[in-house]
Amino acid sequence: MIDLTVIWAGIIGFAVVAYVVMDGFDLGIGILFGLLKAGPQRDTAMNSIAPVWDGNETWLVMGGGGLLAAFPLAYAIILPALYAPMIAMLLALVLRGVAFEFRWRDARHRAGWDAAFIAGSLVAALAQGITLGALLQGIAVAGRAYAGGWWDWLTPFSLLTGAGLVIGYALLGACWLIWKTEGELRERAFAFARVAGLALLLAIGAVSLATLGLEARYYRRWLAFPGVLATAQVPLATLVVTVLFYRALRLRKDVQPFLWALALFGLAILGLGISIWPDVIPARVTIWEAAAPARSQAFMLVGAAVMVPVILAYTGWAYWVFRGKVGHEGYH
Amino acid sequence: MTVIDLARAQFAFTVSFHFLLPAFTIGLAAYLAVLEALWLRTGRGVYANLYRYWVKIFAVVFAMGVVSGLVMSYQFGTNWSVFSDKVGPVIGPLMAYEVLTAFFLEAGFLGVMLFGITRVGRGLHFVATCAVAVGTTISAFWILAANSWMQTPAGCEIAANGQFVPGPSWWAIIFTASFPYRLAHTVIAAFLTTAFAVGAVGAWHLLRDRANPGARTMFSMAMWMAALVAPVQIVAGDLHGLNTLEHQPVKVMAMEGHFQSHPHGAPLALFGWPDQQAQRLRYAVDIPKASSLILRHDPDAPLRGLDTVPRADQPPVIIVFWAFRVMVGLGFLMAGLGLWSLAARLRGRLYESAALHRAAVAMGPAGFVAVLAGWAVTETGRQPFTVYGLLRTADSASPLAAPAVGASLAAFVLVYFAVFGAGIWYVLRLMAKPPEAHEAGLDGRPIRSAGITPAPALAAGEPA
Repeated sequence: MIDLTVIWAGIIGFAVVAYVVMDGFDLGIGILFGLLKAGPQRDTAMNSIAPVWDGNETWLVMGGGGLLAAFPLAYAIILPALYAPMIAMLLALVLRGVAFEFRWRDARHRAGWDAAFIAGSLVAALAQGITLGALLQGIAVAGRAYAGGWWDWLTPFSLLTGAGLVIGYALLGACWLIWKTEGELRERAFAFARVAGLALLLAIGAVSLATLGLEARYYRRWLAFPGVLATAQVPLATLVVTVLFYRALRLRKDVQPFLWALALFGLAILGLGISIWPDVIPARVTIWEAAAPARSQAFMLVGAAVMVPVILAYTGWAYWVFRGKVGHEGYH
Repeated sequence: MTVIDLARAQFAFTVSFHFLLPAFTIGLAAYLAVLEALWLRTGRGVYANLYRYWVKIFAVVFAMGVVSGLVMSYQFGTNWSVFSDKVGPVIGPLMAYEVLTAFFLEAGFLGVMLFGITRVGRGLHFVATCAVAVGTTISAFWILAANSWMQTPAGCEIAANGQFVPGPSWWAIIFTASFPYRLAHTVIAAFLTTAFAVGAVGAWHLLRDRANPGARTMFSMAMWMAALVAPVQIVAGDLHGLNTLEHQPVKVMAMEGHFQSHPHGAPLALFGWPDQQAQRLRYAVDIPKASSLILRHDPDAPLRGLDTVPRADQPPVIIVFWAFRVMVGLGFLMAGLGLWSLAARLRGRLYESAALHRAAVAMGPAGFVAVLAGWAVTETGRQPFTVYGLLRTADSASPLAAPAVGASLAAFVLVYFAVFGAGIWYVLRLMAKPPEAHEAGLDGRPIRSAGITPAPALAAGEPA
């Protein structure tokens, strides 16, 4: 049954995917930044994302704002439940965001702003991954509020999902550098991508198995017959995509590794959707229980239906403007 | 301190830092659009130079505005989750529209505006600059609509689960009674803030070199704004005040320091020390009947005081009272500087009067201070409610323990002072450099022609 609430779940899901796809690679470059040599390598990596990072991060505002507007109860439960990781993520994004400008304004302290960029990117990715893990493992709800403790989110499982997302973003960052750069930096990016690809596959496998053990409902959702015939396609496709990814690396393609890495992310997100649907807080609150009234959702749907295609069009145009390889000396 | 106090302190701290940045970027983006338009129209290099000069500052300020704004959009949930749950269906969609119509527009075109002119050409680059400028103003529209709804709520119903839910008309929710006045007053404030910052930079460099064409042009433009817009702002502020008297009379009582009702004309307290404990204004310097004259246009009109309001429903008077005086005082000083510049201009001494230039430098931060003071008046004056008259601040906060909120507040204070302190330092350093005469187009040789970022120029030893 398709109703307004399902459509809004789809829109929020789309915003999350758009965020992971776009901010994923620029956070990934931050994660890898410490492994790049100071000077032209770092400058080139920075130049490759400088014109687009701000737009990428806006999808995170869209996800948060959309959640508040369309599913206010979920927003009101999840954010206090994940208080420490959320605050850490926000402060980390502050640090890495200003580093884009500040490192050029202060040559003497550039190493310091580079460190802020690296630490901020790493902590933001880790906090987002931990958030995901904490949602999957379940959070305590009483009435219309979070009812657990302040460190409930911290478990081996959430640390695993946190590490998994850091690896995944690093992979996207490496593939972006393969696409957008040349020479020695591109060679390093190939090396990063080879390691990160395997590490991500292991992380996806570990998270998947651990998820099955978390709650019986996940186990049934994935492995009960005959549903398993459909759900088994997801891990199979993951293996196929991994093979194609490594083939693209071996053939030294420009764009393909990035696209296959995105496909890996897509499959992981699809897997999450299979586990969670139709809850917004797994096993606690369904999307219909958390939904804002139809009047709120309908009013926003008008705006989203008109604006999201327009946004995608001009965002695409902005990427198109800065297409091609980037040098450390810029776009001229 | 209670959890509520800590959460309020955190919100006040983060929103005050944040608000300074859009107050500057709204005006600066419009100024950049004007400069680029003038350059495209006249082809004069001085406009291109000024664009290059201010766009660097804009980039730094904008980056800080984006990241501090991101914090705000999540803080409703971390610290004010009950508020979010209850009013999300009403103000959530307004903020969603802000994201959809403003944030993406600004962010999407910012890259082209900063780095793209040689890639897209002059026409499209101008479109990008305008898109960023329009985006900043659309953003003000939606966030002030949400804020105004919290001040003068309308158009909603209260559902069985305790949520505020929209009534049949979104028009009634967006265009609440205080919204047009707040929007006009705030956007004009942003333009004035920018004008005084630009004017101060121009004046600073005129004091060193009266012949610098960039300094002359920016000073002249800024002083036109001061002379023409500051008086308009006084009128807009007065209208906003009258609107507040109609819809939030308690806020006006606090602004005026009227603890007592005045049935036969209320005095205007120029200064005084509000003692809320004793419910009286100590050491008051009054102008008899002037308050009734201003607010009711009749010196003998009665005005109710805080003695008609239960103590539990009163805002903290001392903050509202003094913030209001700071704002109004600065407003008149700004208008005064505008008139002075007009007189100097008529006598042909706009670029020669060192006294005027020194005054303009001193008034550089005036807009920022006034904006913060005005924000304190309207937000503190709304207390003790988050949704005026309907939802108390005490009933809005997250179910958090005080140490959690205290620790995050400490983290925000540390990071903000370090990061935004550095940012303000970089902005001041950029401002300290005189605008140089490249006399080339925006797509011409100097500046950034060597890169999308000034890396090669820095490597070559040119100070940023």
